[in-house]
Amino acid sequence: MPKSIKQLTEAPQRITGGHRLCPGCAEPTIVRQVLMAAGDRPIIAANATGCLEVSSSVFPYTAWKIPWIHLAFENAAAVIAGVEAAYQQWRRKGLIAPDVRYGLVAFAGDGGTYDIGLQALSGMAERWHDCVFVCLNNEAYMNTGVQRSSATPYGANTTTSPAGRVIPGKPVHRKDLTMIMAAHDIPYVAQVAPALPPLWRHLINAAEKAFEYEGPAFLNVLSPCPLGWIHDSSRTPEIAKLAVDTCFWPIYEVDHGAWKLLYKPKEKLPIEAYLETQGRFRHLMRGDQGAQVRKEMQAWVDYKWEQVLKLCGEA
Amino acid sequence: MGKLIPMEGNQAVAEAMRQINPDVVAAYPITPSTEAVQIFARFVADGLVDTNYVAVESEHSAMSACIAASLAGARVMNVTAAQGLALMWEMLYIAASMRTPVVLSVANRALSGNINIHCDHSDAMGARDAGWIQLWGENVQEAYDNLIQAVVIGERRDVRLPVMNNYDGFLVSHSYELMELEEDAAVREFVGEPVYVRPMLDVSNPYTVGALDLWDFYHEHKRGQWEAYGPAKQAVVEVGQAFGERFGRYYGLLDPYYLDDADLVIVALGSTAGTIKDVVEQRRERGEKAGLLKIRCFRPFPLEEVADALSSAKAVAVMDRAAGFGSGWGTVYPEILTALYHKGLVLPTVDYIYGLGGRMILPEEIHQVYDELAQVAAAGGTAEPLRWLGVRV
Repeated sequence: MPKSIKQLTEAPQRITGGHRLCPGCAEPTIVRQVLMAAGDRPIIAANATGCLEVSSSVFPYTAWKIPWIHLAFENAAAVIAGVEAAYQQWRRKGLIAPDVRYGLVAFAGDGGTYDIGLQALSGMAERWHDCVFVCLNNEAYMNTGVQRSSATPYGANTTTSPAGRVIPGKPVHRKDLTMIMAAHDIPYVAQVAPALPPLWRHLINAAEKAFEYEGPAFLNVLSPCPLGWIHDSSRTPEIAKLAVDTCFWPIYEVDHGAWKLLYKPKEKLPIEAYLETQGRFRHLMRGDQGAQVRKEMQAWVDYKWEQVLKLCGEA
Repeated sequence: MGKLIPMEGNQAVAEAMRQINPDVVAAYPITPSTEAVQIFARFVADGLVDTNYVAVESEHSAMSACIAASLAGARVMNVTAAQGLALMWEMLYIAASMRTPVVLSVANRALSGNINIHCDHSDAMGARDAGWIQLWGENVQEAYDNLIQAVVIGERRDVRLPVMNNYDGFLVSHSYELMELEEDAAVREFVGEPVYVRPMLDVSNPYTVGALDLWDFYHEHKRGQWEAYGPAKQAVVEVGQAFGERFGRYYGLLDPYYLDDADLVIVALGSTAGTIKDVVEQRRERGEKAGLLKIRCFRPFPLEEVADALSSAKAVAVMDRAAGFGSGWGTVYPEILTALYHKGLVLPTVDYIYGLGGRMILPEEIHQVYDELAQVAAAGGTAEPLRWLGVRV
């Protein structure tokens, strides 16, 4: 049952203010909402190296009011798997009451999910650990200064896919990790975003299901990054909504194999409506080459959108 | 009472794991340690242990899951070798830094490249400064005994460090030897129930593990970790003594053989020590004062003890089964020199690099080392302190 806002606000506050994430960063919003959706079950969080980790745990301070563990960059899924392995033993030994079920959650950026963390993530999913893996997907390695990842969109300007005089940003499309995770046939996969109302609700609902189901769940959450995407810090939820309204970031879930589109824009906006909000695409808004890239981006968005519609039985 | 039965090293390791019955084993098979994982997986499948066996997708995840499970509140174990250990390298340091008493058995094997599956010590030697306690076994019995002791050493409250149980790949891992398998109950009593220190699963006491630790605290934290190696050395001694009192086989930091009055001493670790013991006996029969200093605990390095043990030698040869590329030596030799220098001992010494990639080491070659050592002793030194044994050049 989706929780009411009142119920959500009654959940324990598990991450405090005072962390050092940038103003306008979507990550703490996502983390807070995911953890609110977990309800009052005990939570243990693992974190890959990345923005969230370095900004929330600067020794001797911590923003975490729950047990929290960070070991390295590529292994958040293996770390939460290890915690889960111990957790199952505590249950077996009766060290945890039979009616108590923990929520075990891993947070990682797109680097720690799509790229260096993919192997551990795939292994964790295949082994069916009872946990939730949340990708805070800001579409590049923001913590180290905006280097491209395999989640970085085609054409985006990053420090390792710079928009130059010859090459207009990242020369290849991003990979579709949500579908890769859906192909693991795990209980729950969702692609969501911390977007303006009413869309944020789908993020909460997805997180609620992810914690509820036994076995692995994966949430791919688009996470606008004012620093790397180059937008005003006040526009984060709006830009997330534009990502959905342009179908650049369709939000959908795969619940025990059932594909469901969570939101279908009344009017599918052209990709430019999204691109023009962000400095990382600024070079695409001028000249013939920019127009060509935008055309290719639109074609790719259309292709992926049709694919999602078909899978969700909406085509 | 235990019983004498023939066993392979991997089998003995798996048997010890069965008897210890750890909470979590996260492992990835790799030659020549694979068999230990296979046998243990069978124990799990047959319900002979309560272990949650996590068949991870890589050694990196194996060590990551082990560290996390240990921090969460579990007694954990793992087995690997060579490339597997190398892939864990990042996590080995973290295991020690997080003060997790993970126990890892390593069937020592050469590191690539080129790829080679046979014994040398380059894998564990490459990890020697990662912060792990390193025990080195000579034979199947010691692989078994060291694993049991490793649990107790690592979990001691004043230690809390990961322990590596090294045994030579193939030479020990796949060799059948008659060994004494102790009774399950006796082993379980010796290792005791696991004590979970600040387990993360105790959610009523939440804390942050693995924080960002910058110039203002990291230095002190490393110093704090440094303090653990004194107690660790003491623990190796005390647990070795307690093990002897319980099971009749005593262990220490070092294993001297005909050392007290020895003029010519070879320092070695691993299975070659067994070969050397045979040769020592032959040379003793000829009236030569030959001796062996086997290093059982390489980390923490028993600096004082090594120096004391070598103080009356006339010449010392160090057997190195790993090349310290660029250092000019093997990996053990510089440590021995440090120990001697520390005590103001100036002795003729020779470093022998031998047995890389499983190159056979024969008694004749050990004789050669003693012969050469006798010449070095007589000459009072050598212009050729680094020698490759059994190499075609």
